[in-house]
Amino acid sequence: MSPQRSATASEVSGGDAGGRLVRPFALTGGRTRPRNEFTLITVVSAVDPPPARRGRQQPEHARILRMCGKPIAVAELAALLDLPMSVVAIMLCDLLEAGRITVHPPRVVSPSQDIHLLQKVRDGLGRL
Amino acid sequence: MAGSDHTAQRVAEAPDTVKILIAGGFGVGKTTMVGSVSEIIPLRTEERLTSAGLGVDDLDGIEDKNATTVALDFGRITISQELVLYLFGTPGQQRFWFMWNDLAVGALGAVVLVDVRRPKSSFAAIDFFERRNIPFVIGVNGFHGEHPYSPEEIREALALPEGTQVLLCDARERKSCRDVLIALIDQLIASAADNRA
Repeated sequence: MSPQRSATASEVSGGDAGGRLVRPFALTGGRTRPRNEFTLITVVSAVDPPPARRGRQQPEHARILRMCGKPIAVAELAALLDLPMSVVAIMLCDLLEAGRITVHPPRVVSPSQDIHLLQKVRDGLGRL
Repeated sequence: MAGSDHTAQRVAEAPDTVKILIAGGFGVGKTTMVGSVSEIIPLRTEERLTSAGLGVDDLDGIEDKNATTVALDFGRITISQELVLYLFGTPGQQRFWFMWNDLAVGALGAVVLVDVRRPKSSFAAIDFFERRNIPFVIGVNGFHGEHPYSPEEIREALALPEGTQVLLCDARERKSCRDVLIALIDQLIASAADNRA
């Protein structure tokens, strides 16, 4: 056994402990995503606590951040702000790029695979 | 907190969201239906639409290439902590609601409300969903709860595709609206099961 031996290229590529790069957190923020990811039912949440570098912020941005302390759909935000969807989407894009919010896209529904989801919706409606 | 700023960040658990559209002609009771089943008072959101970015076929009939504003009324039904259903009532009085493409994308399906006194006012909505292969059911909204025609008569009058469900309902009644939505979901479940088989 020689704990100090240097790793070969093959050990790095094959071994889990050896050569795996840890993906930087910054890459998961999705900051370069296109604006159209903000659909009517995309859910946004404020990041808490906010990142150290907050950047400049307009009053509308602060208003949005207060409103999405709890997860909220973009359509609801737009309605409560009384602003068109496209305007709200642009402001959300700013906040996403600044790392102030996270985005939860709508559930992608493929009818042939989502019986489980549909059953949940049906059960929920049955309780109304 | 100790450690890096990033690892300390918390984000509230966001639910999955799905949507159903409530469509039909002007004054047929779409917002009434949304309000009957929604846990919130219907909210209104709007979008400014321009001809830019539209499919060529969508430009038919647009004399004015300027922007038009389209508004939607919507409501919410929380199914569980993990799942929320939104209902969007498409506006009947504005001709170009169908240009709001985001509206239809990803929808589970639609309810087309029909006013028996003016069934033709819902043709455009039926055509829209048929052309996009979005599953839908017909809800015949009986004003004052009255239904002078049978589902079969409505089906014939609207020349509906075979297999289209026609349900008599009252948009003011929560349970009645709920039953229309359940009929739509049952149809989706049945076709999902067919696709698997």
